[in-house]
Amino acid sequence: MKAAVIVFPGSNCDRDVAVALEQASGAKPVMVWHRDSDFERVDLIVLPGGFAYGDYLRVGAMAAHSPVMREVRRRAERGVPTLGICNGFQVLTEAGLLPGALMRNASLQFVCRDVHCRIETGQSLFTSAFANGETVRWPVGHHDGNYFADPATLDRLEGEGRIAFRYAEPDGSLTDAANPNGSARSIAGIFNETKSILGLMPHPERLADPALGGTDGARFFKGLVEALR
Amino acid sequence: MSPEITPNLVAEHGLSNEEYQRVLKALGRAPNLTELGIFSVMWSEHCSYKSSKRWLRLLPTEAPHVIQGPGENAGVIDIGDGLAAVFKIESHNHPSFIEPYQGAATGVGGILRDVFTMGARPIANLNALRFGAPDHPKTRHLVGGVVAGIGGYGNCMGIPTVGGEVNFHPGYNGNILVNAMTVGVARADKIFYARAAGAGNPVIYVGAKTGRDGIHGATMASAEFNADSEEKRPTVQVGDPFTEKLLLEACLELMATDAIVAIQDMGAAGLTSSSVEMAGKGGMGIELELDRVPMRETGMTPYELMLSESQERMLMVLKPEGRDKARAIFEKWELDFAEIGVLTDTGHLVLKMGGSVVADIPLAPLVNEAPLYDRPRAAAPAPRPLGATGLPPLADPEAALLKLLASPDLCSRRWIWEQYDHMVGADTMQRPGGDAAVVRVHGTGKALAMTTDCAPRYCVADPKTGGAQAVAEAWRNLTAVGAKPLAVTNNLNFGNPERPEIMGQLAGCIEGMAEACRALDFPVVSGNVSLYNETEGRAILPTPVIGGVGLIEAVAAMATLALKEPGHLLLLVGESRGHLGQSLYLRELHGREDGPPPPVDLQAERRNGEFVRAQIAAGRIAACHDVSDGGLLVAIAEMALAAGIGAELEGLEAPPAALAGLLFGEDQGRYVLEVGASEAEVLAQEAARRSVPLRRLGRVGGDALTLPGGHIISVAEMRRVHEAGLPALMGAA
Repeated sequence: MKAAVIVFPGSNCDRDVAVALEQASGAKPVMVWHRDSDFERVDLIVLPGGFAYGDYLRVGAMAAHSPVMREVRRRAERGVPTLGICNGFQVLTEAGLLPGALMRNASLQFVCRDVHCRIETGQSLFTSAFANGETVRWPVGHHDGNYFADPATLDRLEGEGRIAFRYAEPDGSLTDAANPNGSARSIAGIFNETKSILGLMPHPERLADPALGGTDGARFFKGLVEALR
Repeated sequence: MSPEITPNLVAEHGLSNEEYQRVLKALGRAPNLTELGIFSVMWSEHCSYKSSKRWLRLLPTEAPHVIQGPGENAGVIDIGDGLAAVFKIESHNHPSFIEPYQGAATGVGGILRDVFTMGARPIANLNALRFGAPDHPKTRHLVGGVVAGIGGYGNCMGIPTVGGEVNFHPGYNGNILVNAMTVGVARADKIFYARAAGAGNPVIYVGAKTGRDGIHGATMASAEFNADSEEKRPTVQVGDPFTEKLLLEACLELMATDAIVAIQDMGAAGLTSSSVEMAGKGGMGIELELDRVPMRETGMTPYELMLSESQERMLMVLKPEGRDKARAIFEKWELDFAEIGVLTDTGHLVLKMGGSVVADIPLAPLVNEAPLYDRPRAAAPAPRPLGATGLPPLADPEAALLKLLASPDLCSRRWIWEQYDHMVGADTMQRPGGDAAVVRVHGTGKALAMTTDCAPRYCVADPKTGGAQAVAEAWRNLTAVGAKPLAVTNNLNFGNPERPEIMGQLAGCIEGMAEACRALDFPVVSGNVSLYNETEGRAILPTPVIGGVGLIEAVAAMATLALKEPGHLLLLVGESRGHLGQSLYLRELHGREDGPPPPVDLQAERRNGEFVRAQIAAGRIAACHDVSDGGLLVAIAEMALAAGIGAELEGLEAPPAALAGLLFGEDQGRYVLEVGASEAEVLAQEAARRSVPLRRLGRVGGDALTLPGGHIISVAEMRRVHEAGLPALMGAA
């Protein structure tokens, strides 16, 4: 399994996700600089967390128009599996590859903590290691993770089984207290129509090593690597 | 055209008449405005340490593992396997009071640059914050702004903010303290210094452009505040963490080559201090063409260019053959790269602009003949002992514990550290909330433990004991996670040194620190002095913050404070004498801030700590927590809170008059340990062999703390009050 991690100026979780991918697959991902308009054939494209271009205009907005994103869009639209984590999720929505937008957290504050996420569907490339309705513990760390879309879009996402994860209590129930940023319908991650693109706010790569206090992140990457084999 | 240098203008630049005479002597003529500005910042308290240097010399700075002590951008220590830890703490107090978000953010940016200038990749940020009374009208605004600013900068840079400390006291109402610390890791054979060499080598400016922001920041940091201080907002710099992230990556990429001769970040006093320090340390001269400095604004004068404190800039001396490689790297990262001058052998700083020389200063007197003062000092009167009378006996330990857990200095800091990205990098082994943060050295099995500590209430009562206690406390916090304490960085925050009582505090605290650093083999490798922390003649509490760094050889063996296993035993290491002077119990329960601070027995401290560290390394300890603010019962409560498990305590009976001291006294050199029943016997033998006091405290289990005499305090209730404190203060409950 060969993965590419896209590095924008201001990306800062590029190394973390590369480490997690290498641990899961045994292969070092290629790191692709934002000005490269072409890169080698890969089985997975990852847009990492961070503050691409400083996020000064609107989170993800400038990155969505960077040279490498033309190529990412072309490949993602042809079905190359594409994963956006945190800032990567924001870039995917700005690029129009996923619907909706990530707005400022309802608290108006940056939030960094472990959250529980309920797996809404195990029927995807990205989630086949998990059972429907299972909860996992992953960290979040963001200022703009408040998922927003109009009600019709939210209904369609739900109807088409495109909600990947929701913030939940450890027992799987949905509460306001479990939702760290005010996201509509507690949405933590969504798919595109063919489920070949996933965007999520939590950082599975931050709990992908038992020494860090959890392995739910390792399960995510192992499952993804298995599904891509 | 330089204006006439009048006595008034000299005074506005913070130079005394005597200091101005030295300027005249150094130059052999009257300075022009640019030259006056350069002397003014280089001889400011902030840059010259003119009031503190005599005392700083008392601090031990050497040990076999010290690679670089004070005097460079940051201290460097050997951590084995060819690696080095690079760290420093620095204050940004005045700017943060005036404009909390930008002041705190640029404080973080500045200390990060100090560390990566030396070739290290920063792996963690910490901080030490002091605010005024919780109910002071400004406090909420300042806390919110400072916390958001620290987070805003570090989060964007992708450096985890993993630890720190926060106190509230009316003594900081008019002058908060924001001290930021960065720890980085470098290859021990690839450390970069500021010492320039090689006449003819190009001087390169990289990073962001220069604007008019922050002019005279160093001079502002060297003067008292008054009611008009908020009008100084334009002297506060504006931070751009994105540019700094690019600067970090570009510098580290260039440092992997051998193009650099010397490098220095432009921090306080910007282009002036960086060029003067590089050339001065190398015994060289330097000539700059100011027209070539990348400028954000038009019409900037030499004075403004030399004194601007615009952020995210670096000055380097390159080998000529490295120039093209360096340019390509900085262009890749879309940063300015300008050759603005040349290293010379004249021993002079020569500035040119518009084809003419606008300043010409001999470096030797500028660097070496800064005034040094042995200012008069007055020792603080010894505090009167508390005495046995006057303090009502403790009737309700349960209520007292809950009140302490909810109090501003002891309640949970979660509201703060959840705004800091403390996990980016995926090497944070101990998150905020423990005795020390632990961050793994990437790709290895070892880790660095780090902490910031100071108890200003002890320092004000007895500066020498307070200074020693800050060092001991940092050493103990590192020990409590299983680390071997290696070295410290210090941030000495005091009032106006021209007042003898403030000088007495400064001298006393340094004496105490020096004694403790020697006794604990804990040398000082870097630091910062921040004086004139006063508003309208009211000084802050003396606050000598210690940033301690230790090494854990095998991170799997580290200890944490959370209770682990019902049935395990709790043990207390160290002697309890019931010392209540200057305790939080006295302050929070009785509104009193008197008495002497707890004595610090450095020999006992060392004995007890070495015992604890050995037991952790031997794998005998399930949980460990040092006993500090709030005393024994607060320490046990914190262990219970971290786990959600209670404990049944024993042996805590005392006559009513002595009960408060037993439960809440702040005697030093103590730790609470959790061990399995089978380990307790071994520990008892080990403790006896080392003459370490060890006694049984009870047993882990249940969902409450059960005190002798039938008092039961549920963990849930403790959690409720402990977590509610800060959100209530910030109006976010």
